[in-house]
Amino acid sequence: MKNAFEKTWQAVKTSLPIMAAVLMLVSLLNPVFEKYYPRIFTGSYIFDPFIGAVMGSFSFGMPIVSYVTGGELLEQGVSLLAVTAFVFSWTTVGIPMLPLEAAHLGKKFAIIRNGLNFIFSVLVAILTVATLEIIQ
Amino acid sequence: MMKSFEKLPGGVKFFLATGTLYAAIFFINADFAKKSFVHFSETFLGMLPILAVVFFVMFLSYFFVSPELVKRHLGRDSGAKGYLWATLGAIAISGPPYVLFPILRDLKKHGMKYSLVAVFMNNRNVQPTFLPVIAYYFGTLFTIVFAFYIIVFSLLSGLIIGRLMKE
Repeated sequence: MKNAFEKTWQAVKTSLPIMAAVLMLVSLLNPVFEKYYPRIFTGSYIFDPFIGAVMGSFSFGMPIVSYVTGGELLEQGVSLLAVTAFVFSWTTVGIPMLPLEAAHLGKKFAIIRNGLNFIFSVLVAILTVATLEIIQ
Repeated sequence: MMKSFEKLPGGVKFFLATGTLYAAIFFINADFAKKSFVHFSETFLGMLPILAVVFFVMFLSYFFVSPELVKRHLGRDSGAKGYLWATLGAIAISGPPYVLFPILRDLKKHGMKYSLVAVFMNNRNVQPTFLPVIAYYFGTLFTIVFAFYIIVFSLLSGLIIGRLMKE
């Protein structure tokens, strides 16, 4: 019980300041950049998820932070294709974490896993949005 | 002063740096800084009840599922059950990658297959703990469809990596 509480408290302490800081940054940067979003994110089934996947690949942290960031970007006009790829690649691809992953689990594994998931993040975004368009 | 700042966790440093940025912008354009801060406050306060649920579910998962329990079910001969346990393990054990790497290396030493390591890492996105947050921002239908594809592609990734790493 005490151990579970300590671990949860540790997660709260780690993620809350980051989440708050990300939200603060998004609130600050969005008014500046939102006018460019329609020009960058045109709804292209290839380009939008690719850009989203690149952004997510260079970000890392607890998955919950990616949902908050992704949700805010979506509300500011970034396409769902880009945001889905961003959220997926946030947790499955980690370019800044690559040396650490290679050190713990091997270079070959780290390169294959990250490369494969970068491609998958684009595919998952396309499939998710296409499925939603068919269902709705 | 500088030494005590250096000792702070990375997240707190990031938060303080962002706060400093707000203070600097306030002196340049007070109206813009105020509007941004109000937007941040409303979003953050709106999220707090959901975060309370998230951290409570996280507490329950830490209480009921231990890394030792997962370790017992992820060995070399785990077969199809191993995929199920890797998926459940990823759902139950949350944390940033730099915390998970040592756990996974330890599990690997105990015989966990590369394919299961990949499945474990990729399924971190579908933790039920975080589902309320995804649903809050993206809707329930998106959450279901997205979670389905994450699981499918994590299993696919595990199978491909298993082949390429010659297990």
